[in-house]
Amino acid sequence: MAKLNMVQAINLALDEMMAEDPSVVVLGEDVGVDGGVFRVTEGLIEKYGEARVIDTPLAESAIIGTAIGMALAGLKPVGEMQFCGFSYIMIPQLEGHGSRYRARTHGQFHVPLVMRVPYGGGVRALEHHSESREAALGHLPGVKVVIPSGPRNARSLMRASILDPDPVVYMEPKRSYRAFKEEVPETPETIEIGRAQVVQEGTDITVIAWGAMMHTTKKAVEEIRQARGASIELIDLLTISPMDTETICASVRKTGRLAVVQEAPLSFGPASEIIATVNDHALMHLEAPVKRVSGYDVVTPYFSRENLFMPTVGRARRGIEEVLDF
Amino acid sequence: MPKKELDTFSVSYLSILDEDGNVDKELEPKLKKPELIELYRQMVWARRTDERMLKLQRQGRIGTFGPSTGQEASQCAVAFAMKKQDWFAGAFREHGVRLLRGETLTRQLLYYNGHEEGNINDGAANPRNLPISVIVGAQPLHAVGLAYAMRLQGENETCAVTMMGDGATSEGDFHEAMNFAAVWNLPVLFVVQNNQWAISVPRSKQTKSATIAQKAIAYGMPGVQVDGNDALAVYAAAAEALDRGRRGEGPTLIETVTYRLMMHTTADDQYKYRTKEEEELWWRRDPLVRFRGYLEAKKIWSEKDQEALEEEYRLEIEKQVKAFEEMSGWKPDAPFDHVFGTRHERIEAQRREFLAEIAKEAARG
Repeated sequence: MAKLNMVQAINLALDEMMAEDPSVVVLGEDVGVDGGVFRVTEGLIEKYGEARVIDTPLAESAIIGTAIGMALAGLKPVGEMQFCGFSYIMIPQLEGHGSRYRARTHGQFHVPLVMRVPYGGGVRALEHHSESREAALGHLPGVKVVIPSGPRNARSLMRASILDPDPVVYMEPKRSYRAFKEEVPETPETIEIGRAQVVQEGTDITVIAWGAMMHTTKKAVEEIRQARGASIELIDLLTISPMDTETICASVRKTGRLAVVQEAPLSFGPASEIIATVNDHALMHLEAPVKRVSGYDVVTPYFSRENLFMPTVGRARRGIEEVLDF
Repeated sequence: MPKKELDTFSVSYLSILDEDGNVDKELEPKLKKPELIELYRQMVWARRTDERMLKLQRQGRIGTFGPSTGQEASQCAVAFAMKKQDWFAGAFREHGVRLLRGETLTRQLLYYNGHEEGNINDGAANPRNLPISVIVGAQPLHAVGLAYAMRLQGENETCAVTMMGDGATSEGDFHEAMNFAAVWNLPVLFVVQNNQWAISVPRSKQTKSATIAQKAIAYGMPGVQVDGNDALAVYAAAAEALDRGRRGEGPTLIETVTYRLMMHTTADDQYKYRTKEEEELWWRRDPLVRFRGYLEAKKIWSEKDQEALEEEYRLEIEKQVKAFEEMSGWKPDAPFDHVFGTRHERIEAQRREFLAEIAKEAARG
């Protein structure tokens, strides 16, 4: 057991996978000599050489486009889009080709690649560095979108993403990179992609969050427990798409109440999809309207205002209590 | 000295068999008799299948497609220079390459009749042919990745060939692919079939560059313009570029100057933007006529051979069209099988609903 932060945990997963499988390569801007602007790929070039840890020219479409070619020929590329705001350039290649080779050839070709996308606000960054656009990516059939919330599941989810036979967008909550450390077991673990995790069982209300919002939500849940002793079931979504219908609906059937906390803008976000899913499968179990605590439908403001626009512990607590008190 | 010349560049043009049938003996590739005949047969096969597909489209028996007539030398001669282990990442007008690398007409008809099954490499089809890329200019990047993988996996004798049209050279991905291939010194052959028209936009409105070949210079790789209706020149340029790649000397750009003799696709009317006179000029440069003249001058091809070939192909085309039209029993829910390589209940639930719904639709009559 070692106590690691999320940067170290992702680095560990990459290191383990590169050691186990010579077909795993890492590519992106500054991922080699520099070790990545967040140091997630630090030390890999020294261990595995510049043929497997590739400092690419500065071109996001080419990073994913060449990764698709590599994957078609049997490599397992892990590409980095330096920031979420630069990742939209990857969508034409992802939607146009990465997600389609399997369907296009009925499985003869497939594209086992991972694209790492550091995302989210709260780090006082420049424009384009603070968005949460998981919904835009989750809308693409043939693409899996996953988001870890802490060091331990960051490691296991990266391992699962590299082992997965399809394109996986692995979104990294920048705010959680170095925010806290966790025990990460010696033996590698994997998480099944497409599965949410019940991190705390409860009977009064289901609360769902992911990424950096997990940390915020945990604090809100603890405050409510201490204040009024409510029994809260907390779910870490982990996979945005394909979303885990069963875990969400089983929990709502049990608790009868639901609140979702998301950093992304309100409209067309994963929270909306969660509510639609509950509507399809567990509507009659609901005892209160579902609450979305979320970002707003505004262009992400510069950092002087960003904290006003992100869900906070207080907003999450008020949202959850609103459902409990209905 | 405030200003000095750092470098100078030139672009070369290659022609071996000219419009009048003259051959440059110095440059003539050393192909054996059966090889020359095989290349010619492949070019005729591409033309005859193209003609037949156009008829089938007009009869409503297949959907929209983009004819390759006029570009057989640009396509077949490149494929002829490739080795079996080489990858091909093409667009949607390279029937000549695909047929030469083992794809059947039946399969092309399936594709153009809306079946993904037409993308499956089976039978003699080379497993290293990537399926058609409809998005213009996206696939060169895949070729670069394929070549990278080959080198990492120790297949140093394997090249990746990617093909596109003149319109694709305005796309960002084309330039990114050229740049990455050159920086990584990979065995990638970029073949731009400059067929003068990107739907209705002429080559002159596509780029201010005097040639497309010269774009290679900026990326630090050789670029050559060839007479794209001269099968010998295309073959010689492609063979040399592939040899360079196999020797570890990096990528090459070849611009084949040719002409799309037909419409962009069967949904296009080319006379909205160009004249019949212009087309007639290029019909006089028909690559098949020119190459046949070369074979006849060598006394290795005759009118009798041509008649026998036409009859052989007529029968083969009938057979393959029949095979296509007799195919049935398509699995309606196949798209659910191929979203992911792993099973997900969310997808399976939608499959069940889909199957129930289409059963109800069928019952409605």
